[in-house]
This record gives sequence, C-alpha cells and structure tokens, in this order.
Amino acid sequence: MNKIKRFLAGSLAVMMAASVMTACGKDEKKNEKGFDAEANAAAAKVGKLVLTKADRIKQEVEGSEASKKTLKIYTWNEEFKDRLRAFYPEYDAEKSVVGEKEYLKDGTEIVWVTTANENNAYQNKLDEDLAKQAKSDDKIDIFLVEADYALKYVNGPYTKPVSELGVTDADLGDMYEYTKTVCTDANGDLQGVSWQATPGLFAYRRDIASEVLGTDDPAKIQEMLSDWTKFDDVAKKMKDAGYYMLSGYDDAFRTFSNNVKSTWVNKNLEIVVDDNILNWIDQTKKYTDEGYHNGTSLWAPEWSANQGSAGKVFGFFYSTWGIDFTLKDNAQDKVGEKDGLYGKYAVCEGPQSYYWGGTWIIAADGTDNPELVGDIMKKLTCDATIAEDITNKTQDFTNSKTAMEKLAASDFQSEFLGGQNHIALFAKSAPNIDISNMGPYDQGLNEAIQSAMKDYFTGKISKDKAFKNFYTAAIEKYPELKKPASK
Amino acid sequence: MATQKVKRKSVSYAKWGYIFILPFFITFAVFTCVPLFSTIYNAFFENYLIQGWMQVGPNYVGIENFEKLFSVDVNLGKYFYNTFVMWIMGFIPQIVFSLLFAAWFTDLRLKLKTGGYKIIFYLPNVIMAAAMGMLFSVIFAPGGPVNDVYKAITGSTESIMFFENEWPLRGVVALINFLMWFGNTTIMLMAAINGIDPSLYESAQIDGANPRQTFFKITLPLIRPILLYVLITSLIGGLQMFDVPKLLTGNGMAADRSAMTIVMLLDNHLYSKNYGMAGAISVILFVVAAVLSLLVFAMVKEREPKKKKAKAQAEKGGTK
Repeated sequence: MNKIKRFLAGSLAVMMAASVMTACGKDEKKNEKGFDAEANAAAAKVGKLVLTKADRIKQEVEGSEASKKTLKIYTWNEEFKDRLRAFYPEYDAEKSVVGEKEYLKDGTEIVWVTTANENNAYQNKLDEDLAKQAKSDDKIDIFLVEADYALKYVNGPYTKPVSELGVTDADLGDMYEYTKTVCTDANGDLQGVSWQATPGLFAYRRDIASEVLGTDDPAKIQEMLSDWTKFDDVAKKMKDAGYYMLSGYDDAFRTFSNNVKSTWVNKNLEIVVDDNILNWIDQTKKYTDEGYHNGTSLWAPEWSANQGSAGKVFGFFYSTWGIDFTLKDNAQDKVGEKDGLYGKYAVCEGPQSYYWGGTWIIAADGTDNPELVGDIMKKLTCDATIAEDITNKTQDFTNSKTAMEKLAASDFQSEFLGGQNHIALFAKSAPNIDISNMGPYDQGLNEAIQSAMKDYFTGKISKDKAFKNFYTAAIEKYPELKKPASK
Repeated sequence: MATQKVKRKSVSYAKWGYIFILPFFITFAVFTCVPLFSTIYNAFFENYLIQGWMQVGPNYVGIENFEKLFSVDVNLGKYFYNTFVMWIMGFIPQIVFSLLFAAWFTDLRLKLKTGGYKIIFYLPNVIMAAAMGMLFSVIFAPGGPVNDVYKAITGSTESIMFFENEWPLRGVVALINFLMWFGNTTIMLMAAINGIDPSLYESAQIDGANPRQTFFKITLPLIRPILLYVLITSLIGGLQMFDVPKLLTGNGMAADRSAMTIVMLLDNHLYSKNYGMAGAISVILFVVAAVLSLLVFAMVKEREPKKKKAKAQAEKGGTK
C-alpha cells in the first residue's frame, strides 16, 4: 500500500514537471505536410535564397454549396471592411447588419475572419488555414496583405493570379506602377491589387511652423526640409524654440528603410544591413542625445498624444492613409468635434520620398467565387469613378491615376489640412515610388532592428551589442538566415 | 470469522479507488505523455517553415539543436537567470504577505471579518494574465498615472521609463505576479493554519507565549508541508512565466532582453514553426523543472525524522 502511495506521489511530482511541457505543447502539432516530396524539394533550396513562384497546389476537394454562397475574407483590421461596405455597389446595406450578418445583393453572405496583426498572429492564422485550403470544402475567397510581407504570399503557392479572375491588363492600366510591382510574382504574374497608393509624407503643425520658421506654406516648408542636412537644421531650431522635431525613435525609420540600396537578405541567405539603415541608426542616436525627439514609439499612446493639442512635436512621418485613419482622430481633442489641431496640420514630401503601408487584395487559390472576387477587384481598384468617390469621402489617395490627376487639378481641399490639396502633391510623387529593394523578410527584420536598436539609443548598451541582439532576434525568427561573415 | 470477512472486504474496496482515478491516468497518458515524448523526439530534428509555406525537414540532426542552444551566441543561461530573478522577486513578497495575512485572518483573538478581504485578494487571479499585463503597461507608461504621481511628488519633468530599464521592468513583472498570486497563497495558508489544533494555541497562550512566539514556534513549523507545496507550484509556475513579460516587453527585446523568459525564447522560435529548436528548449526546461521538483520532493521526505526529533525535544521540554 505504502509503495503504491509512494509511486502515486512520485508520479504526481513528475506530472507537475511534465505539465511544464504540455503548457508549451503548441510545438507538438506536427505539420501535416511533414514528409511529402514538396517538402524535400524546398529543403534542398535551403542555403540559397531562391525567389521563384511556387507551384500551385491542386484543389483536392471542391467547395461545398454553402461555401459557394459565402465570401470568406481574411483581414487584420477594419479598413477594407469599411471600403467594401461603403463603396462596393453590390454590397447590400439594407439586408446587412454590421457585426452580425452581412450580404451582397445577390444573396452571398460575407464572412470576415479578423485576426489582429500583433505578434504575427494574422499571418500565422492565414498560413495555417491556407495550408488546409486544398483539402477543405470551406474555401477562403480573399485575403489581404501588406507590402512588408506581400512577397511571401505572392511567390507562395496559395494565390490565384488576377488574370484568372477576369481582371484584364486594360483594367489595370490606370494603377500606379509600384502597386502592381508589389504583388507581381517571380514569373511576372500579378497576384493582387490595391485600391490605394501610399506615398509617404511629412505632416507638420502649421502653428509651430509659423512660430519657429516664419511660414506655414507647404512649398516653403518643403524647401526647408528637402534633405537630411536641412532637416537636422530645422530640428535644432525646433529644439531651441522648446519643441521636438519628431515624436520618437522609429518615426523616421520608413523614410530610410524604403531608400535602401540592397534587400535585407542576400542570395546566400546572409543578413545585410544597408548603409541607409546605418544612417537611420546614426541619425536617431543623434536626435536622442540632442533631445530632438520626445522618446515615444510608433503607435504608443504617448505617440498619439503627441499629435494632439497638448503635443510639442513639430511633425510626423506618415503616409496618405495615415491622415484620415490616424492623424485626424489624434489631432482632435474630441473625435468628431473638429477642435484641437483640426485644420492646423499640413503635409509636404519631406527629405526623401518613400511609401508606407497599403493593403492589397489577393484571391486565395481554390476560391469558389472567382467571378465575384474579380468583380470586387475591378470595382474597388480599377474603377476611376469609385476611386474618386473614395478620395472625396475619406481623403485616401486612391490607386487611379485618372481620378487622382483630376482631383489634383480641381479645387479639392482637405478641411483637416487647413484647405491644402494634398492630392496634388502626391499625384506628383506616387509615380516615382521605387520598391525594387523590397524583399520577403522586410517585416520581421524591420521590427527586429527597431526594437534591438532602442537600447542603443537610450544608452543602455553599445552599438555592437545592439547589433548582436538584432542578429540573435533575426535568426530566432528566421532559422534559415545567417549572420554576415564579417560580423 | 466475522472480523476476517470485514477485513477482506475493506481490502477489496480499495481497488475501486484506483479504478475511479483511472480516467485521469488515461487522459494523462494520451494528452500529456504522448505529446511529451513527441516533443523529445522532435528536438532531434531540423523542422521549420520558410516564408510560411516552404517546409524544411524534418531531417534528423542529432543533438545539433542542443549544441546551438548551448553555444555562446544563444546564451541560454541568461534566460533561465531572467526567469528565476523575476520569479524570486515576486515570490518573496508573495510568501511574506500571504503569511502575514493568513496569520491575521486566522487569529482567534483579532476576530476579523475576512470574507470580503479574501475575495478582494483573490480577484487579481481571476483576471486574465494578459489583461493584467495590458493594464499595468498603461499604469506604468511614461504618461501613465504612476509617472504622474512621481512627477507631482518630485517635481521632475522626466518620466521614469519603466519598460526601457532592466530592473524597473523586471520589478513590474514581479509586481504583477505577486499581485496575482498572493491571494491564492493566502487562502491556501489560511486553510493550513485552520487545520492546526487550536488547543496548541491555547496552551501556548496559557504558558505566556506572545503572538510572535506562537507564530514562529507553532504556526510556521506546522504549516511547513503546505509551504513546500506552495514553493513547488510557484516554482514550476514561475519557470513557465510567459504572458505578462511578453506583453510588457514587446517580444522580450526591451532592455537588452533582460526580461525575456525561457518560454518567451521558446515562443520566438515558433515564429517560423521551428519545432526542432522549440522542442529542444522544452526538453531542457523539462529537465530543469524535473530536477527542481525532485529536489523539493526529497526535502519533503527528509522532514519526517526531523519532526520526530522536534517532537522528542518538545516532550523533553514538557517534562522539564
């Protein structure tokens, strides 16, 4: 009896220890694709970065009747939902109850699968479900991607080219070139389209500009900020006048990272830190030491607060979507009241042209509503009238040269920007956006370098140590990558 | 004859006990043992995804994953150290306050009405750890209430950057763990103290012992088994610390990775579904947890002869 008791007690102790492992049991689930031929072929590629388009997977199971009557869309936020609801003519606003059931006019039900972006959750969910698509009868129809990781999906096996959805080259002719390059695979086939172009900009406070620089005219301010040396001079003036040039450590990051000369990862799968990233590190260190920025981080509550009337920050690097989606709400003391700094911002191109963000619509291979998906793409992204409507109602910079040039030449004004016609500004810069150094590792490595360098900026650790932390984090995320030989 | 029958019957009843706990052992075997061994198996393979869809492996690589983990580049000891430091920083106040409250609440002479307090103390544990993490990340933010108070008192214009500095960051993590678990421990210790024979306290009182003496000479020695239980569960829970520091540190990169726990390191490897490396970390964690558990288990066993000694001493003292 005693022995049994002892055995039970002993096994309980082991169990408690074992429960440590089950808690981390996520790593148990073996990938279903475990041992197949495709896997080994991919393994052979390791050691070299080969950007080819993966072979599409044969759909083994057809979508069920129910799946054919639903449009299943994967997304991470509300932006596309709002656009579809407000601007897709076939959306049935009368029958739909947002948050419960939504329908198109032909009776198709819309099912949103929303997963937040944090900690890569959206992509994890998407990867998992797309891997099941060929064998599932509940088909995903559309998923949305951002530029930072678009290539991962564009060259992956889970997309259906837009040419198979009835979207013709003629339909696409009016789009800004770079929005197409983002979603063009290694074979030159277009896999996704966007309703917006997202040239970067520098949004500044008119009141501070008038006080410190003597003018708030966007053209004159742009002249004062046209390169980084001038930008630094203005930063010093702002500091002397008791203001901050920027809000935080990573505000300027995109301007530098979009102007790199090489991709993050070279052909031998080595991580390459471009000179322009090094420039960002030096500049941010200088700004931190000199007190030119206010020590916040992008998207932090303090960063948002800096954009409101209590803020002492001169300007923010943003992108066209940011004006309406973020800045407008942050600038007002009470959202919707048009108070606070409403009307007191203006935008200019800033020291370097760049782009930031943007959402692309991709059709999942195996979709059982291809005509519908094609129609949504055509209406939302290729139709100049709808594009103009979107811009008029949301100030978003849409992906139609015709519509944008028309608005640029018109007396279009943004009330929020103090009557500025910002569309005219971006209609000039959007065609020049260059994304030739975009790569599939951008998102993970951009995040890793920003968080690793922060300790260096605040003076906690040396630059070398910060780089070491960056490489550690990078290789944790992407085990196939290597440190460059010299580091 | 009759007594024999009764005896035999009582023995045959016992087996039902084992039959009734069988379902637990079966589910344990299926849902814990199988994954357990498959994790160990996976630890010896190279197995991850490139770009979310290019499967690498599984290729048998022997102990390569472990070699990587123990290499200078990874510095695995650092994460065990972080985990342990944050656990101990939370555990010491947790056990001190729990003992104090448990002693007060069970003290017959104080006659406290404790129901409400028990609920309030326990409440933080009901809230999801993730929610606690979010809440405290706002409270300790540079523009948060804690910094407002700090600025108002000291007149300083600079905020304390709690999440950018090693010790404040670890301190906040420890504080959350402390707040979440001290109520639970208090209730457990109260149950233990209530289990002590009240006549012991009465006789101590009659002998002129002050409350401090009764606490250290009677309460503490008698609740030792429960204290050890609290220690083991807290230790194992501490080794698995994950959600709170994860939320406060932005994937653990903050403050030179000084608040990254061992499970957070494991989680980082799941970014590319790297089951090989994650499995290897799990195995190491398992070994550490098992060794620590067995160590404490050995301590429990050691207690028995000591207790006899103490009893003998007490008896001796009694005869004096």
